[in-house]
Amino acid sequence: MEGLNEKPLTALMRPDKAALSLAEYERAGGYQALRKALKLAPVEIQRVVKESNLRGRGGAGFNTGMKWSFVPMDSDGTKYLIANADEMEPGTFKDRMLLEGNPHQLIEGMIISAFAIVATEAYIFLRWEYALASERMSKALSEARAKGYLGRDIFSSGFSLDIKLHVSAGRYICGEETALLNALEGRRAVPRAKPPFPQVSGLWGRPTVVNNVETLSNVPHIIANGDEWYRGLSRSKDGGTKIYGVSGKVKRPGLWELPMGTTIGEILEEHAGGMREGLKLRCLIPGGASTEFLTEEHYSVKMDFDSVMEAGSRMGTGTMIAVDDKTCPVGVLRNLEQFFAQESCGWCTPCREGLPWVEKTLSAIEEGRAKPGDLEVLEMHGTSLWIGRTYCALAPGAMEPLRSGLKLFRSDFERHIKEKGCPYKAH
Amino acid sequence: MLSHEEKIEIEEELKGAPFKRAASIDALKVVQRHRGWVDDQGLKDVAVMLEMTPSELDSVATFYNLIFRRPVGSHVILVCNTITCWMMGCDSLLKRLTERLGVPLGATSADGGFTLLPVPCLGACDQSPVMMVDGKLYGGLTPEKVDEVLKEHGWKG
Repeated sequence: MEGLNEKPLTALMRPDKAALSLAEYERAGGYQALRKALKLAPVEIQRVVKESNLRGRGGAGFNTGMKWSFVPMDSDGTKYLIANADEMEPGTFKDRMLLEGNPHQLIEGMIISAFAIVATEAYIFLRWEYALASERMSKALSEARAKGYLGRDIFSSGFSLDIKLHVSAGRYICGEETALLNALEGRRAVPRAKPPFPQVSGLWGRPTVVNNVETLSNVPHIIANGDEWYRGLSRSKDGGTKIYGVSGKVKRPGLWELPMGTTIGEILEEHAGGMREGLKLRCLIPGGASTEFLTEEHYSVKMDFDSVMEAGSRMGTGTMIAVDDKTCPVGVLRNLEQFFAQESCGWCTPCREGLPWVEKTLSAIEEGRAKPGDLEVLEMHGTSLWIGRTYCALAPGAMEPLRSGLKLFRSDFERHIKEKGCPYKAH
Repeated sequence: MLSHEEKIEIEEELKGAPFKRAASIDALKVVQRHRGWVDDQGLKDVAVMLEMTPSELDSVATFYNLIFRRPVGSHVILVCNTITCWMMGCDSLLKRLTERLGVPLGATSADGGFTLLPVPCLGACDQSPVMMVDGKLYGGLTPEKVDEVLKEHGWKG
């Protein structure tokens, strides 16, 4: 069980939260995994990462090695690797820590991952608001270039790679991988139809892999220590550790790197310290705004992709939002749907027209202007904006909290309608 | 007309771009960095450099909420109003800000000092409620601390 105390992603981070310099990172063993990787065959790296059961930390949870394996290895010409650092899922703040605290870990992970798919160009797609991360990543990239860890013929391996930092200009939809590609091409960030998948036809029509920051930051550790070690870090089938977070009115909001599969109750009670005095947990949103509500009943559920799915939600980004009993659940949903309505890219009709309708209906209920049939209107959207009815996952993601909220908070909705207003307003 | 500096900086962005339009967002940001916002003439001049039509470039510019196509004040305040910050009391910050600056959300104070904009989750939910002023993040805010932040940025009250 020794593996369960290991924190590969965060153990090196400085207590003062300053970024680890290249020299500090190397003293602690940094860039050794890269040296090792460049002596392996790219498909061997793909195999180890696949066997490690590293699953995509952006929220979808797809096996990373498997994702890479769809890249055609016999194609000539440029291939791309992109680090998705457009962390904008409400309630999610884990990639910020990795970007700000240990930028070289991400760079090393990117070089190894690019080598695994034989990509020679890479981008970090960073949201504009992460200004400190931008400053630190730029500095780290310069350090890596100066040392020859980026550029031509890295460690005399014959492999060349440069990483460019792209600072975005806003919009949640840019985090969707195909919308991100359009943003990088200087277009409106509207998602693309799949297939073709980016691994075959991505940036500029070339094979492209888009991986989350936390996903890529895991790669050097897997290469250094092996897939068996990585699987051993976890308390469940998914490999590795996970950076979990809690926000809301808990005693100690924050982030913790813990074994994958740590239970919801342990994260909320032991690490976040439980709710503040005088408050009780009403519900929690396990992994960012686009996941279904869970409750105290689910404290024993392991936070891993399959277990949370079985409990009727998704682990998503693994950063929970704790909702207390004095916060109005209709207000919570209204805030969430306002966000999604605002961030719809406007491309497909159900999302563009449906989400504002949902938002207006929730506002009417919250403000005591509900009309008969409003709950049915909301339920209808839960179906008509569901998976398969829209161009991308934004609207179905918006419907996840709504569908579960309508069931879970039925009596709250009915009380709002009956009392013509919000019973929690006094607070 | 684009200034000499603006042109040089846009050309620098173009160097790394496989196609000219790939630099469109970066080029718009260059103009915004110099002028605070992207005015119509600036947009037209950039479009020429990128070999795009002005409307093509404007369709890009208007998509992104952090490209400003209208003038903003000397300081831009971005207040998170998404779920965690909403639960943690961002409404009290917004109330204080609109009172102090005398304008509603989305507007610029009469002296041209501050533009007040709502923004989706800033990814600092452990420090909630949060806001950013000119790219600097402020967490753990209360209405009183909002006053201090405004003063730090030259608000005279």
